[in-house]
Amino acid sequence: MDAQAQHDNGLFGLDRHISLPGPLQLDGGASLSPVDYAYETYGTLNDDRSNAILICHALTGDQYVASNHPVTGKLGWWTRLVGEGLPVDPARHFIICINVLGSCMGSSGPISINSATQEKWGMDFPVITIADMVRAQAMLLDHFGIDRLHAVIGGSMGGMQALSWPSLLPDRVESAVIIASTARHSAQNIAFHEVGRQAIMADPRWQGGAYYQSDPPSAGLAVARMAAHITYLSEAGLTEKFGRQLQERDSKTFGFDADFQIESYLRHQGISFVERFDANSYLYITRAMDYFDLAEDHGGVLANAFAKCRNTRFCVISFDTDWLYPTEESRHIVHALNAAGAPTSFVELSSPFGHDAFLLDVPEMNRIIDGFLRAGKA
Amino acid sequence: MNAAPHSGLRPDLAIIAENIDDNARVLDVGCGDGALLAALKQKSDMDLRGLEINPANVATAVARGLSVVQGDADTDLGYYPNASFDYAILSQTLQTTHRPDLILAELLRIAGRAFVSFPNFAHWRIRLSLAVGGRMPVTKLIPERWYDTPNIHHLTVDDFRALVKERGWTVEKRWFLNKGRETNPANANLFAEHAVFLLRG
Repeated sequence: MDAQAQHDNGLFGLDRHISLPGPLQLDGGASLSPVDYAYETYGTLNDDRSNAILICHALTGDQYVASNHPVTGKLGWWTRLVGEGLPVDPARHFIICINVLGSCMGSSGPISINSATQEKWGMDFPVITIADMVRAQAMLLDHFGIDRLHAVIGGSMGGMQALSWPSLLPDRVESAVIIASTARHSAQNIAFHEVGRQAIMADPRWQGGAYYQSDPPSAGLAVARMAAHITYLSEAGLTEKFGRQLQERDSKTFGFDADFQIESYLRHQGISFVERFDANSYLYITRAMDYFDLAEDHGGVLANAFAKCRNTRFCVISFDTDWLYPTEESRHIVHALNAAGAPTSFVELSSPFGHDAFLLDVPEMNRIIDGFLRAGKA
Repeated sequence: MNAAPHSGLRPDLAIIAENIDDNARVLDVGCGDGALLAALKQKSDMDLRGLEINPANVATAVARGLSVVQGDADTDLGYYPNASFDYAILSQTLQTTHRPDLILAELLRIAGRAFVSFPNFAHWRIRLSLAVGGRMPVTKLIPERWYDTPNIHHLTVDDFRALVKERGWTVEKRWFLNKGRETNPANANLFAEHAVFLLRG
């Protein structure tokens, strides 16, 4: 990795930061300048720059796709897919993962510095969209000199980006892998996000987003995470893991402690989340997801969003127990891709883990992605 | 029939593979694990797509690098645009669909031509089995029993010909198989175990 980093003047490698002048024109009308990026790359860009794979992360994900997270110390979030001998392999691919616009791990977002005021943006940060995230990524790839991606891969919100990439920039994507995702946020999706946002904004510590000199709205953010986390798991999975089992006690306390294991688990999820995530970022990114409707800009006809995608190969994967972005949403994408004549593969995989399945051990998913990516090579 | 280049294929698929033009756009409806598509991919640079209902088969086909979509011929063909393929293929699947007549019409809407292969329920051995045994026949080609068979619309060569005539479609070519080998078309309704038709709308 060091040799590679030196070779590219430190542009490539682990834990990279760069600020590009921009401006980045945003869907909301504002423009961003400069644009900060935090990202990681793995593997070596080949001579004809044809082996680049962009991994897009989900709502609360980050650029540490295959290396340890600096705050939690945990393994990279997709080490089941990305790594030596895996479908996305640094021995063969040049892998890029960029902290998404609006997030809080080093790319431009509410906690980054507004160059006009030299203070953190807070709620002055412009509202962004999934397309803005994609255009920001493309701007960094321009800087890398990468015109065309061998593949763009993402799950959940990462899948929204992976789906938007060929729609916005059809000449720059050879293939796209969209996992456990959707082409639009449904009323139910928006509703769950609104619960989370209201929990944050109802926390007195939120202070209209201007909390960076004091305590963050951890209680509100934890509740937001708890509500969202339920949507990532299946009912059957919850029942199997927790059922009605009590937490380290023999009987109910007739109080409001975490009597049930599921309560204790959710509280833990909420508390550990606030250690690593910013509440304002959570507001901005959930907003971007709620605004996402790929058909909207194309007369309401999703197939039109893929009108120029006949030369991009698509692989769409859903999970049977995912009720956040159910298989029907993936089918909707696939029907539109078929109507547009784009070469498309689609499988609904079986897993007890609900929406989160894409991050977990699903050997069938790896087999499919491996074959799909290899088929793109002559 | 020269089946050498496709020797690993089921006989009806080998016939179809032999008779598809190079560089064609092909949709294989009910493509299974993608055996035919994989053979076609080796043959020439074609635009190949598949539709398959069984997820394990789809996973295998996609892992082979094929563009195969999990879906149901009865409900999903409507999403393909008119005349978007040169050939649609329906091998050993017609008899499993809810409305075979509508499926055939859809194939000929989506593609200029359609290959359709199916087991012939009027083969003499099946007739004999039913006539003498008085039970629903179970043969090598139709191995399931009446209660667990996916074949909900058994048909004969003559049934198929009658439907084609009634709908005004054209038979461009047809092949008949016995024990996996091409056989004389005379009295096919009695002597062919299996038929392959190439239709035009």
